[in-house]
Amino acid sequence: MAAPVIATVLTLVVGSLLFATLGYDPLVTLQAFFIAPLNSLNGLSEWLLKASPLILIACGLAVGFRANVWNIGAEGQLIVGAIAACGVGLFYPNPESPILLPLMFLAGACGGMAWAAIPAFLRARMNTNEILVTLMLTYIATLLLSWLVHGPWRDPAGFNYPQTALLSAAAMFEPFDYAYRLNASVFITVVAVFLMWLFTDRSFLGYKMSVSGAAPLAARYAGFRESSAVWIGLLAGGAAAGVAGMAEVAGPLGQLSPQISPGYGFAAIIVAFIGRLNAFGIVLGGLLMSLLFLGGEAVQMNLGLSAALTRIFQGILLFFLLAADFFIFYRLRRIPEHA
Amino acid sequence: MDLFIAIFTGTIIAATPLIFAALGELVVEKSGVLNLGIEGMMLIGAAFAFWAVIAGLPMPVAIIAGALGGAAASLLFGVLALTFLTNQYAAGLALAIFGSGVSAFLGRNFGSAPIDALDRMSIPFLSDIPVVGPMFFRFDPMVYFAIVMFFVISWFLYRTKGGLILRTIGESPETAHAIGYPVIRIRYLAVLFGGLMAGLAGAYLSVAYTPLWVENMTAGKGWISLALVVFATWRPLRVLLGAWLFGGMTILQLQGQALGIAVPSELLSALPYLATIVVLVIISQNRQMLALHFPASLAKPFRPAT
Repeated sequence: MAAPVIATVLTLVVGSLLFATLGYDPLVTLQAFFIAPLNSLNGLSEWLLKASPLILIACGLAVGFRANVWNIGAEGQLIVGAIAACGVGLFYPNPESPILLPLMFLAGACGGMAWAAIPAFLRARMNTNEILVTLMLTYIATLLLSWLVHGPWRDPAGFNYPQTALLSAAAMFEPFDYAYRLNASVFITVVAVFLMWLFTDRSFLGYKMSVSGAAPLAARYAGFRESSAVWIGLLAGGAAAGVAGMAEVAGPLGQLSPQISPGYGFAAIIVAFIGRLNAFGIVLGGLLMSLLFLGGEAVQMNLGLSAALTRIFQGILLFFLLAADFFIFYRLRRIPEHA
Repeated sequence: MDLFIAIFTGTIIAATPLIFAALGELVVEKSGVLNLGIEGMMLIGAAFAFWAVIAGLPMPVAIIAGALGGAAASLLFGVLALTFLTNQYAAGLALAIFGSGVSAFLGRNFGSAPIDALDRMSIPFLSDIPVVGPMFFRFDPMVYFAIVMFFVISWFLYRTKGGLILRTIGESPETAHAIGYPVIRIRYLAVLFGGLMAGLAGAYLSVAYTPLWVENMTAGKGWISLALVVFATWRPLRVLLGAWLFGGMTILQLQGQALGIAVPSELLSALPYLATIVVLVIISQNRQMLALHFPASLAKPFRPAT
């Protein structure tokens, strides 16, 4: 568990150096980036609101990563999940129906899984690299969303803005308190974390998938089928991302627009790694990553710094995490010269 | 005829960044290293080159700045993957995310004004030949440089001892190490070369292809370059042909949008991504062909025994 902590500290150090070179007081900036956003109830609500999709998606992705199934396209699966859920929310005949929200939940999960099923089928049956297919499908999902909100699903009463009509109240999660945006969808994430823990730590199937990832030859010898690891890995990630998309559209967004995610799908990959692909680590990783998003927004608003800093920090954090592993798995020692 | 010439030249130009990036990645992968971070290195290269142009530096310097930016970024990956023996998928992804952040951060003050694009050459006499002249002899110098790089890399990989050593390392680093070749050092050089080429690709995008700063202007071209290497089954000539195929796809969909074909523009924009998937599926069918030229140690960390 030491590596994530070391990586976080080193990221902060590099962050302060970066701020100092840009001519900002590092302490003031770090305070504005990492502490000020959590100083209010609203800040805490936003923190959990953003951590929730990150943790949810990372749990799904980690199931695949454990088996060496590289789903890099959670962003696309999130978008398709959001589209499917919003479609149900907009076009279900009775907008007040109490089953609307559960239906949207199913639609989101199915949408994400359908988008992930394409690379799963291609990898399992056609031997096609899933990294590239999941990524290409992310670009396609973005274009699909853009087409829908500019074309057939555009709100006729929306002054020509590229967005859908707002969802009805029954199609949205109710916030705990109308002053803040945090809503009941965080419980979905809590359940997902528990399920992920059950699957990876307590189920034979989860064990088989870990073996497939760690020792493919041993897994084949034991008769574990690689194709089932591929299917489960990708569908778990797709379902989680799709549900996260649903929770976004039925939560803080309330409608579709051309950009519905600040990159949760990509950031969740990092969260999965920071969390060491295990459920409780992912919770901590998600909280940290969410803080990076909040901090980026905060320094953009208050200090006029670019929100692109968030992605820089994400990259640096992952760099340090990977490097820190080296010092944990290998011990350095001095070798006498040509003894 | 004019339309044909426009499509032909457009294809060659659109293929140029793909040729740079994919040929660079080919060399990296031939040494047994998988750098998924092309998209990030291209974006950094694009930002560096654009920055240099705005700062008033001459065009060749700007392009070199882009290449060096890409190389510097690749070094980050190299340290992680080669010295710290990390998972190369994860290190490459980190580079892709980091690069897009750095690029957007550098570009925050670039404004939206276009710059003077890299000038096209008119090769004397040849460019005056009807049809052939405009088709082949009126490109900017980088287009020709990309073709030159294709010949240089093909020659290096298959006709020089250095290329043989590089390919040996990609097949079996243990063997190369046992013979006495500095595996890690040579892999570093390959990674740096890949970074230079990705930086050139990015520079070409920002100072020649669309001489205008747009955040994330690569729009997946780095990832498509990765797919091209697989599509090419790790052979240079096929990288070139693949790049032209994708360049053609890009231009056809742009022409389609310009002609106002009754299809949503998003569908046309999605064509290059769809084509990438289709092409990957077709190529993956032929496992024998893939295995034949696939560098056997690809993406496997290597630590020389002491």
